Amino acid sequence: MKIPYYPGCTLNTVAKQFDTSARESASSVGFEMKELAQWNCCGATFPLTPDNVIGLTAPAKVLSNASKEGDTLTTLCAVCYNVLKRTNKVIRDNREKRNVINGFIEEEYDGSVNILHYLEVLRDKVGFDKVKASVKRPLKGIKAATYYGCMLLRPFEDIGIDKAERPTIFEDLLAALGAEPVEFANKIECCGAHLAMNNEEVVTTLSGKVMTSAVGAGAELIVTTCPLCQFNLEKSQPKVAEAGSGYSPVPVIYFTQALGLALGQDIATLGFEKNSSDIMPLLKKKGIA
Amino acid sequence: MKIRLGNEDIQSASVRRLERITGEDVKRCYQCGNCSGGCPVSYAMEIPPTKVMRFLQLGNIEEVQNANSMWLCVGCLQCYSRCPQGVSVAAILEGMRQETLRKGESRTEVKEVPFPFLKKAPQQAIVCGFRKFVG
Ligand code: SF4
Ligand code: SF4
Repeated sequence: MKIPYYPGCTLNTVAKQFDTSARESASSVGFEMKELAQWNCCGATFPLTPDNVIGLTAPAKVLSNASKEGDTLTTLCAVCYNVLKRTNKVIRDNREKRNVINGFIEEEYDGSVNILHYLEVLRDKVGFDKVKASVKRPLKGIKAATYYGCMLLRPFEDIGIDKAERPTIFEDLLAALGAEPVEFANKIECCGAHLAMNNEEVVTTLSGKVMTSAVGAGAELIVTTCPLCQFNLEKSQPKVAEAGSGYSPVPVIYFTQALGLALGQDIATLGFEKNSSDIMPLLKKKGIA
Repeated sequence: MKIRLGNEDIQSASVRRLERITGEDVKRCYQCGNCSGGCPVSYAMEIPPTKVMRFLQLGNIEEVQNANSMWLCVGCLQCYSRCPQGVSVAAILEGMRQETLRKGESRTEVKEVPFPFLKKAPQQAIVCGFRKFVG
């Protein structure tokens, strides 16, 4: 099974380990991610006001390119997923806007491509049972916090990957990998997002709440689906620990690194050295590495 | 304090304009407070989401324009997902930010963003940040 794949800018650069571990894992569970021959930045934010049609043209161009390569498109970054899926819905459901957008991008795209997050591919196309059966290095005894953040879930009526307030798709995957998902209050709260650019105080507060909530619930590992969540959490962690609330840092990794680890990929190829938190002590403690 | 509320306030042309840009109807809000309760940054906002809606209902758009709220909204959509009336405060704040940026006013200068940040940060943060803060 070949699935057209949109990496997006961040996975092509600072989050390369997110991309490579996903591609490698895909081949272990029986599908191939075929990178789009042509793609551009999705815009990194879905315009929240309906009058901002120009903001939809960049993602529309990606979608129209994807439609030339198949009827499905998968992506890993939660923001790319959110922007592409919402834009696709506007193009499919709103004829007037579709015409304006197509006029701008000089294409005839109708919104027919099905956008699937990589987690959905694993759940709906591969099946978590099959993922479970392919596990060679179970993440036994690791209490993992599955941090969804915002973009994978909201708005529910446009995204619909899982239940809005109590999603389980991410926990179900980690459980299939042998880990023990923990339930924590802030799993669908914001990390501070783009305020990383100019408001360190708010980002540290928000990311800090996510991490203390996860670790307070017993987590020894935090798993993410978005390079910006990953960045904000990792960057805030030392500051949260220094603040003296008794918080001690835990490793933060992309879910595809956890997946590749469980599927038996060579640990040296998983790109853990690119993460700023170190997972090796945990793996040694659990007898996994 | 005496508050005088006339037709010209309730029917403020600037608020009507904002409603056109955002597709929202400020009168739908019945001030339950769910949005402020769910908003992760309301603690740092000079005017939290519920009060934003009230000021707009009363035609006092200037008060909201002068507050930091629109620059702090992270677009997480907790307000919208919790609003029993289907109001998106996120759309309202983005609409106000866009109007401000279209006038060429911003609170973040490109040159103020620290270089180490630009070097290490995910591209998505840079693209999104510049779109939200610079236009
Ligand atoms: S979208 Fe903005 S206003 Fe709404 S809850 Fe999030 S930060 Fe608050
Ligand atoms: S949640 Fe909705 S109805 Fe309640 S105060 Fe906020 S905008 Fe108004």
